[in-house]
Amino acid sequence: MIRMKNAEYLIGNAEIEKSPIPTFSEDACNLLRSYEAAIRRDREARAFPDVIAVGYWCRNANIQSKKEAFGNTAGCVGRGLAFHITPGNIPVNFMFSYLFSLLAGNANIVRIPSKPFPQIGILLRILKQCLSDFPEIEKRTAFVSYPSSEDAITAEFCKEADVRVIWGGDETVRRIRAMEAKPRCIDIAFADRFSVAVLSGSAVENATDAELARLAHAFYNDTYLMDQNACSSPRLCLWTDESKTGKARFWNAVYLEARKRYQLQGALAVDKYTRLCEDVMDRDDLAGVLRMGNLLHVVTLSEVPQALSSLEGKGGYFYECALTELSQLARFLDSRVQTVGYFGMDAAAIRDAVVSLHLTGADRIVPIGSAMDIDSDWDGFDLIHTMSRRIVAN
Amino acid sequence: MIDYEALLAQKPYGMTQPEKDAFYREAIEDLSKHHAANCTEYAKIYRQFGAGFALPVRLFKLKELKSVPADQVRRTMTSSGTSGQAVSRIFLDADTAARQTKVLSRIVGDFLGQGRRPMLILDSSAVLKNRTMFSARGAGILGFSIFGSGAKYALDENMELNVPLLEEFCRKNENTPVLLFGFTFMVWQHFILKLKEQGLHLKLNGVLIHGGGWKKLTELAVDNDTYKQEIREWTGIDTVLNYYGMVEQTGSIFMECPCGRLHASIFSDVDIIDPVTMEKKSSGRGLIRCTSLLPTSYPGHVLLTEDEGELTGIDDCPCGRKGKTFKIYGRLAGAEIRGCSDTYEKR
Repeated sequence: MIRMKNAEYLIGNAEIEKSPIPTFSEDACNLLRSYEAAIRRDREARAFPDVIAVGYWCRNANIQSKKEAFGNTAGCVGRGLAFHITPGNIPVNFMFSYLFSLLAGNANIVRIPSKPFPQIGILLRILKQCLSDFPEIEKRTAFVSYPSSEDAITAEFCKEADVRVIWGGDETVRRIRAMEAKPRCIDIAFADRFSVAVLSGSAVENATDAELARLAHAFYNDTYLMDQNACSSPRLCLWTDESKTGKARFWNAVYLEARKRYQLQGALAVDKYTRLCEDVMDRDDLAGVLRMGNLLHVVTLSEVPQALSSLEGKGGYFYECALTELSQLARFLDSRVQTVGYFGMDAAAIRDAVVSLHLTGADRIVPIGSAMDIDSDWDGFDLIHTMSRRIVAN
Repeated sequence: MIDYEALLAQKPYGMTQPEKDAFYREAIEDLSKHHAANCTEYAKIYRQFGAGFALPVRLFKLKELKSVPADQVRRTMTSSGTSGQAVSRIFLDADTAARQTKVLSRIVGDFLGQGRRPMLILDSSAVLKNRTMFSARGAGILGFSIFGSGAKYALDENMELNVPLLEEFCRKNENTPVLLFGFTFMVWQHFILKLKEQGLHLKLNGVLIHGGGWKKLTELAVDNDTYKQEIREWTGIDTVLNYYGMVEQTGSIFMECPCGRLHASIFSDVDIIDPVTMEKKSSGRGLIRCTSLLPTSYPGHVLLTEDEGELTGIDDCPCGRKGKTFKIYGRLAGAEIRGCSDTYEKR
C-alpha cells in the first residue's frame, strides 16, 4: 500500500488497484469517448486551446485509427502499474501521458506538475466526472501532487511500478533511475532534447503574404507559445537554397506575430539581452545579428554548428545558418535532437537522409506548427506498444 | 577624451539636461571608442551595435572585462555575493580608482557641505578586517569614510550592537552634527530592530546615508517613509538620504535629496528602458540604464541594470539640483538577485 503524508490525491487514493486491463479495452475507449464529449461541452475548457487539444485527441475516430495502427490486440494487456513523473513546463502533457498508458492497459499513478497551471484543474475535474461511470478504470487511476523535493514519496511509487514514465530533463531521469525499481520494470525516459527547423529559402521567398502569415503563426506556436522552452521548440533554423529575401520576409513576419501575441517577461528580456552580448563576444562562428526590438533576436552562424547544446535560446532567440546539403545535418544531429520542423521541404527526403547517414537523432519530422503536437508516437517511442505486453498463445 | 579635471571643478548638479545631453553624446562616443580600442570583447559589441550600447550588468559576473593591461590593474572590486552566487569582477586602474573617490566626494559633499563629521558606521568592525568580506560592502564603507573623522563601528564582530560604544558616541557628540553610514537592510535588521528590541533611544543629530537595495525590506513591507520615521524615532537623525549605486559604477552614485528624489549628477545619467523594445521611455516604469563617465579601465560606462524604476522629473526638483530625477521599484521579478546588503545572509 502506498500511503504518504504530503502526497495529495486529486483523483483516486493510496489503495489503487495495480493489475492490468486489456490494451485498447472497451472501457478505456468508451471513457475517452465520454471524456472528449465532456471537454467539448465544458465552458471553462474553451478558454484553453491545449485543453481542447486533449479532448480532440480523445475523439473516437482518432482512437479507432490508433487501435487499427496497433494491430491485433488479442492477448495484449498492460504491464501493470505505470508511474508517471510528468513535465513541469507544459500544462497538459501529464494527461497525454495518462491517456497513452490507459490505452496500453495499465493502472496509473500520475504525479502532476507542481506549477499551478489552470489547465490541470480543468482536465482533472472533467476526468473525475467521467471516471465514475467506469469503476474498473477508476480504481486503477490516481493523480497525485507533491513537491518534487519529496524523493521519499517518489521512491515508494518507484518500488511498486511496472513502468516508469519519466518526463525529463536529464537530471530528473538520473535521479529517478537511481531509485530502486522492480527488476522487470521498464523505464520510458524523456531526456533533454533539442529541436531544429529546416526551411527552404526560395519557398519562403515565393510564399504569398497569406501563406507567410500562416507560417509565422505556426512558427510562433512552436516557439514563443512556450517561451521556446520546450524540447520540441526549434533553437536553430537551417536554410536550404538560401534566399536573402526569404529570410528577411520570414523573420519580419515572425516579429510581427510576436509583437501581436507575445508577452515578454522582464527577466527573460534581460536574459536574452545578456545572451546576445555573450554570443557577440564569444562566438567565433558569428556572422551577423538581427535584432528586432528585444522581441526577436537572430544570430546568424557562418556554418552548420557541430552541436546544439551551446545554442540556448529562450523567449524568441534563434540561431540560423545555411544548409547547402542535407548531409550537413550529420554535423549536429545526434541522439539529443528530437524534432525537425520543416517548411517547403519534403519530409521523406529529410527522413531518408537521417536513415542513410546512420544518425541517432531526429524522432519526428513534422511541418512547422506541429512541433508541440504530442502523440502516442513520441520521442522515438511507440508508447502504447512499449507500455503493453503481448501474450503468445500457440 | 573627457576633461575630468574640468568636470570635477563644476558644480555636481549644475548642468541642465539639454546641456548634459549634448555633452554626453560626445563623451559616450569617446568612451565607447576608448573601450573598443582597449577591450577585445567590447570591440566586438562596438562593431556590432555601435557606441553607447548598454552592457547588461550581469555580464560582469560572466566575463572579465578590462580596458587596461593586466599589470595596470590596481584593485579588483567584487560584488558581495555569498557562496554559490557568481560575483561581479570590476578592474580598476589608478586613474579610475582615484576618479571614483573624487567624484564620490563631490557628490556627497553637495549634500553634507564641507568638513568632516564624527562618523558612525552601522556595520560590523569585522568587515574591513576580514579580507574575504572585503567587497562592495567594504569598499562602500571605505569610500564614505572620507566624510567622517575617527569612524566608529556600531556593531561588534558578531553583528551585535556595541552599546557602550554607542553611548559614548552619543555623549561625545551631543551638540555636533554627525554622519551615520550603512547598508539599507543591515541598518534595519542589525541596528534599528536591535535598538527597538533593547528599548534604546539614541540622541543624535545629523545625517544617515544608506544604500544597497530595498529587496529584503520590500519583502518585510518596509518602505522608505517607514524607514525614515523609525530612524528618526530611534536615533534622532532627521535627514536620511538613500543612494542608488552599484559596484559596476562605483563613485557616480545617485543620491536621494531631501525631497525624496534620486538625482543623477553631472558624472552620470539615468534612462528608463522598455524591456520589450529596448527603447528609452519618457514616462512609466522600465529597466534602469545607468551611464557613468568614470570608468576607463573597464567597459562599464553604459549599463543595463535588472532594477525597475521610473523618471520623476527633469531639471525640476524643488531642491534646485538640475538633471534627471527618478525612483526605484526594486529588482525585476524573477531576475537573479544581486546587490550589497541583499546578498548578506544571517549566520
